[in-house]
Amino acid sequence: MKAFERFVGRVAPLNRANVDTDQIIPKQFLKSIRRTGFGDNLFDGWRYLDEGDPSKTPNERRINPDFVLNSPRYQGASILLAQDNFGCGSSREHAVWALEEYGFRVVLAPSFADIFFSNCFKNGVLPIVLDKDIVEEMFRFAESEKGLELTVDLAAQRLTLPSGEQVAFEVDGFRKHCLLEGLDDIGVTLKDAGAISDFEIHHRARSPWLFDTMR
Amino acid sequence: MAGRTLYDKLWDAHLVKQRDDGTALIYIDRHLLHEVTSPQAFEGLRLAGRQPWRVDANIATPDHNVPTQKRAEGIAGIMDPISRIQVQTLDDNCEAFGILEFPILDARQGIVHVVGPEQGATLPGMTVVCGDSHTSTHGALAALAHGIGTSEVEHVLATQCLIQRKAKNMRIMTRGRLPEGVTAKDLALAIIGRIGTAGGTGYTLEFAGEAVQALSLEGRMTLCNMSIEAGARAGMVAFDDTTADYVRGRPYAPRGEMFERAEAQWRGLVSDADAIFDAEVVIDASALEPQVSWGTSPEMVAGISGRVPELSAATRPGQREGWEAALRYMGLEPGMAIKDIGVDRIFIGSCTNSRIEDLRAAAAVVRGRRVASSVLQAMVVPGSGPVKRQAEEEGLHEIFLAAGFEWRDPGCSMCLAMNADRLGPGEHCASTSNRNFEGRQGHGGRTHLVSPAMAAAAAVAGHFTDVREMVGSGPGGAA
Repeated sequence: MKAFERFVGRVAPLNRANVDTDQIIPKQFLKSIRRTGFGDNLFDGWRYLDEGDPSKTPNERRINPDFVLNSPRYQGASILLAQDNFGCGSSREHAVWALEEYGFRVVLAPSFADIFFSNCFKNGVLPIVLDKDIVEEMFRFAESEKGLELTVDLAAQRLTLPSGEQVAFEVDGFRKHCLLEGLDDIGVTLKDAGAISDFEIHHRARSPWLFDTMR
Repeated sequence: MAGRTLYDKLWDAHLVKQRDDGTALIYIDRHLLHEVTSPQAFEGLRLAGRQPWRVDANIATPDHNVPTQKRAEGIAGIMDPISRIQVQTLDDNCEAFGILEFPILDARQGIVHVVGPEQGATLPGMTVVCGDSHTSTHGALAALAHGIGTSEVEHVLATQCLIQRKAKNMRIMTRGRLPEGVTAKDLALAIIGRIGTAGGTGYTLEFAGEAVQALSLEGRMTLCNMSIEAGARAGMVAFDDTTADYVRGRPYAPRGEMFERAEAQWRGLVSDADAIFDAEVVIDASALEPQVSWGTSPEMVAGISGRVPELSAATRPGQREGWEAALRYMGLEPGMAIKDIGVDRIFIGSCTNSRIEDLRAAAAVVRGRRVASSVLQAMVVPGSGPVKRQAEEEGLHEIFLAAGFEWRDPGCSMCLAMNADRLGPGEHCASTSNRNFEGRQGHGGRTHLVSPAMAAAAAVAGHFTDVREMVGSGPGGAA
């Protein structure tokens, strides 16, 4: 995983609550056995007018001009501004892979679904929970003619608006550390291999029926 | 010191290490795998040169992509080449890493959340994970079970652990019993309608009270299955005689003296009387009627005697806009009666409602009746090979076939339409599955979530109708 560095990015506003992962990446694209190739099908059902299929290239598709990400002013956006309960539904990590590949590195929302929130951190995408009032204000800026650019500073846990106004945000210490260092969770956990083995011996003695059955 | 909840006990029993930053390393007893969310995890293991920590903790079966008819050819019979590669990849990975798999032609193959409990592969007191959000199903066995992403699938394979932060405790307390004809599915939908699709976010749910205790283990699985639709990763029900009776004799469950030893431990899998929950929701189960979802989120639900809401009834911020968008997609008018919604296709199946008692309930309604001529297709997709065989031994397939239903082979099927089973644009479906999201069952398709009995009733009537008015009158009868 790449280390997460301070950056300045444009905000794309997606003003809809309860966006589920079926909308972020529809099921027909989950048949791939790879981790890449999902960016062109991010929000497929909203982004295109025709039905998506893994065999079609973006050039063959009919673009939905009314969908916010298709607006010229939001091209190159790297921050997605969303509403409550973003990423609900299916646990498919493909949703985060699609967002990341499209170019989003940060998602801002008043609340997130748990599994999606956790999946983001595994892929270098930073989900930030902000107060509803701040989110509404950001929607006003982002949807205005001028648009909105933010500086994202994870180390300082701070967003900076063009006006210089700053917004602090919370992030779990462990997840922050892993993002900043670009650490692989598995490598970190395996440093505790001894503790896991010790637990396993105790667990097996207590509940032997849990072991050696699925063969 | 206050007592502990069931969730607290399961958490404590699997805590490997508490870290200073509030995260914890939690040991995982059982890991279920299917073809869609595992290939990238196995690839990750290979790239890093890692081996599974404990091969015997894993079990796999293909379910999302498998066709539900003409199965004799196995993988070669999968028409879609991309799906075929994905199912083949699961076989290859399980073979390479030595993981027990029930492949497409195995008699035990089925939907992973039906297969696990049925085989005794998921047991009370376990931590159970799978790269699928409906893993919450297994909480019905008094287990801590939840869905994970693919990176976590790889993490569990490599370390047998997950890095977790403990959730809060919420109890859904039912009062009274469900009336005749009102099922676990109706209870689940009513709960989601009450607390919303984000109502359980950050919580583990425990379903309790008289109505839950009276449910069969299958019914409890239906209830726990839909915890994620209320935003909760995990839902669970305390251990009791129903749990013990269900588990006893399952192929991979402990036997004899070992079962007795396990059962003695499992008896403690209940919340202490003085346990404190961070939140509690009380539901009067005796007042519920069969439920039907009318929108594009499982919280958009009404009783069968009810109506699609008027937009003026929206109370939460953004709710009105959400309802408007949903009604536009669903092609419905505010205020229309639920019974006036016509159906084009019927789907009885999915990890929510494809177990033997679900099929019995649907067959009891269908017996001696015909699928309405206006209905394009009605299908029954059993949850597993053993469910299918059991139903055939009971003659249920003959009842369905005589009524005009299709009788299919096990898989996820039209719940998410990854295989060939799907809705056409604009079609309304009475579905026993768990999600009514836009396009979930096919591009432009319109899903209405209902119980198996209600789906069967809609098949016969051609529109939604109160199954309680059909049972006991005319053909079918109270079987």
